[in-house]
This record gives sequence, structure tokens and C-alpha cells, in this order.
Amino acid sequence: MDLASIYRAEYGRCVATLARLLGDINLAEEAVQDAFTTALQKWQTPPPNPGAWIVTTARNRAVDRLRRESTREARHAQALLLHQQDEPQEVGPVKDDQLRLIFTCCHPALAPDARTALTLRLLGGLDVPEIARAYLIQEATVAQRIVRAKKKIRDAAIPYRVPAEHELPDRLPPVLTVLYLMFNEGYATTAGPLIRTDLCAEAIRLARELAALMPDEPEVLGLLALLLLTEARRPARLDANGDLVPLADQDRSLWNRTLIAEGHDLVRRCLRRDRPGPYQIQAAINAVHTDGAATDWRQVLALYDQLVALAPTPVVALNRAVAVAEVYGPAVALAALEGVDLPGYHRLPATRAVLLARLGRDTEARAAYDQAIALAGNETERVFLLARRTDLTRTRESS
Amino acid sequence: MQQYLLSVHFVEGAPDPSDEEMEIVFRETGRINDEMQAAGAWVFGGGLRSPDSATVVRIENGATTMSDGPFAETKEHIAGFWVIRCADLDEALAWAEKCAAACGPVEVRPFDDLSQA
Repeated sequence: MDLASIYRAEYGRCVATLARLLGDINLAEEAVQDAFTTALQKWQTPPPNPGAWIVTTARNRAVDRLRRESTREARHAQALLLHQQDEPQEVGPVKDDQLRLIFTCCHPALAPDARTALTLRLLGGLDVPEIARAYLIQEATVAQRIVRAKKKIRDAAIPYRVPAEHELPDRLPPVLTVLYLMFNEGYATTAGPLIRTDLCAEAIRLARELAALMPDEPEVLGLLALLLLTEARRPARLDANGDLVPLADQDRSLWNRTLIAEGHDLVRRCLRRDRPGPYQIQAAINAVHTDGAATDWRQVLALYDQLVALAPTPVVALNRAVAVAEVYGPAVALAALEGVDLPGYHRLPATRAVLLARLGRDTEARAAYDQAIALAGNETERVFLLARRTDLTRTRESS
Repeated sequence: MQQYLLSVHFVEGAPDPSDEEMEIVFRETGRINDEMQAAGAWVFGGGLRSPDSATVVRIENGATTMSDGPFAETKEHIAGFWVIRCADLDEALAWAEKCAAACGPVEVRPFDDLSQA
């Protein structure tokens, strides 16, 4: 393994453990960065357990540094380290520390934008320019969000611990939302190129870790299954020209069978637990899509009905309408979309356009496509919609 | 241990609560105060008279001036507050939840470390 991949794999784990040992996130980051710089100079080949080497080195460097400094944070951190003197010298990353850190980064007292940026920075080891590129926002904005969030964690004393069982209903959803949004932003960026694989990979890596740390939380397993089953279809999502391929037209032989098997297995584990939640149901829907040669739309619709009951959001209503169209036809689906309001979201007019076209209401379909094209932020989706709109004209002229 | 200010806000122009509602607020607030004291979280707390009873004192060019009315021309004023002492923000938020159920939205704000020495 090269240093870059060790850094990606170990950075978050090491920062999490150092944050506990030092009681301060900034000091933890500095110490881990110091240790990686030392590794760059010293390692001919990486040691057998690079994480343990980094944590031990970072801890020793932090002790040296703290002895030279006399700030309030330094004194506090020194006191914490003295307190833990009985710990063995050789310390490695502790798995629970990562869980502590993710709950701190996704604390509901932090602004939602800051939660994602902080999670990517501290647990993903992405630097500010990388996060800015992933979200196509200014580096200064990202940096400011991270600085403000870290300041609030320290000033307001946001705790560094795994919430108790009775707190989880409030505290787990923001963590799952951050991972879901991270993946989504990677899978269908709001602007620019369609897919950012690094964000998808990072979201899946963190979701895997979370599932390993909380194997008894069905929504955690559900989220991981949802991400894996979506990721599995990525190779078939664009054609050779880089154009979007709708689900029905995708070459199923390109789907990743290993990820699908893992996702299906997780969905079955969730079903056995019988504590359904929104992520588990979405995972089950994706399991149906990836099962057999074609989608069983009746089963998909039944799952959407269950999802609407649990999470009656406009996006769920929109997705449900697509299933309604497959089972009961475009007219019923169009009626189901009446009253669904999603300002600024291109998929609503795009879906209406498809339904109107199937009903032969071309003028209205064209107007709906125009609306969708005006709203679509990323180029790949825009090109797809423009092509659909052109097809509409051509089909009618030739018939 | 950290100290936090939990403040309750009153919006000008909002309909006055009925006597019955006020009675519930007082009863619930009293219960929370007792609970805070029993838990060792209580530092201080109380309700304030209306903002038009406030006076602002300023020193300008060496001279002291006083003006009638509250500090800022806003529609929202602090109606009451608690100062509590607890281990971390999660504990403070748990108290705030109880306070909010009794008195409406509550702002949780940490004290500066230096002032709690």
C-alpha cells in the first residue's frame, strides 16, 4: 500500500483516537498531520500496522509539542494525557472513537452544511480544496464552515461520545442523512459532471464502518444496502458517449454482482429484524430493481406505499408516481402527481413530460421538458432531457 | 463543568397568554427549577418584567446618558432565563427541551470559559 491510500484509510481513525486522547479536535488533526509528515520522511516500506504507528507517533509528538506550549488548550490536553498515563505506550486507533467522532460531527446543534463538510474533513481525510471541488463551492466557504463548526464544538462543549440508546432516535438520523447526502452528491451532482466517484466511495466506506460498529441498528444496515445497490448499477448508468441510460434500457450484465449480492443479503437481514424504516424500504425497492431480469413494479409500488406511510415527502410521492405509471398507466400516475410541489427540482417536470408524452399530449410534454431543462443543474442530465424532447418531435413527425 | 444561558424569548405583538395558560407556565417552570436544583444544575434563573420597564445606561464622551426602553429596537426580547451548570451541550440541551415545553423556544448559549473560573 502506498502512503496516499494509507492516509485515506487511516486518517479519520487516527484523528478520532487522538481527539479522545487530547480532548481537542484541532490538536488531534495537527498531531496526525505531523505524524504523516514524519512517516513520509521515515518509511522505506510501511510498517505492518500503519494506523498504530501513526497514533503512537502522533501522541508522542503531541506530548512534545504540549510541553513547549502553555496555552489553555495545551494545559487541558496535557492534563488529559497525564490522566491516561496507565495506558500502554503502543496505542492503535480504537474503533469506538470513530463512532464518537461521527456523532460529534453530525450533532444536530451544528448547521447541516457544516456537518457534511466536517465529516468529510475529519473522518474522510479530504482537504478543503477537495471538499470545495466535490460540492462546487468556494474553498473559503468550506474552510469557514469547518472553522465555525469546530469552534462551536469546543465553545459549546458538544460532547465526544456515542449517544445512549434512548438518544439514538434523535441522534442517528442526522448521521445517516450526512452519509446519504454525501453519496447522493457524488451520484448526481447538483452541477457539473454527473458522477463524483470519490464522494460515493467515501460515503460507502463510512456507511460500512457505521454498520460494523452498530450492527443492531436496522436503519444503518438499510442505508448501507441502499448505497451498495445504487452503486452496483453505476457502470450501466452512462453509455459509451457519457450519456444517461434510463433503468429500463440499462445493460444489466454491467451491474456489479458482488455489490448486489451484499446489498440483497443486508436487505434480508433487515427483513428478519422487522423494524422497517425509510432507508430499509428504499433499499428493498432497489433490491427489487436488481432482482431477476426485469423490475417487478407491483412489488415496487407496494414498497412505495409503505414508504409514503412512513415518510410522506414530495420526493417520495414523485418516485411513487413512476411506479404507479408502470402498474396502472400514465393517466393514473399523472393524477397522482397533482398537488406534488417541488420547486426548483427538475425531476418533477421531467417525469410529467414522460407521462404526458405517453398520453400523446405532445404540446404539454414539450412545455414540461422545457421546464425540466431549465432547472437541470448538471450537463449530463440536461443533454438527456434535450434528446428526449427532440425524440418527441421526431416520433410524431414520422408516425 | 460548563455554564450555559438558557433564554426564553417573548415576541412583541404576539397574543397574550390566558390566565390559565400563564398558570401552567408558572407551575411547569417551578417544577423545572426544583428538578434543576435537585440535580445540581441550577445556578440562577428568573422571569423579567416587560421590556418597556428597561433603562439603558451609556457613557458617551465621558458623560453618562440614560434612555428609556430596551437596548435594541427589536421585536424579540428576553422574557426570562436560567443559568445552568452541566457537563456538556447534550445535558444543557436536555434541560432546554424541558424548558421549551413549558415556555416556548429556548436559546442555549455557552458562557465564555474565562467567566466561569
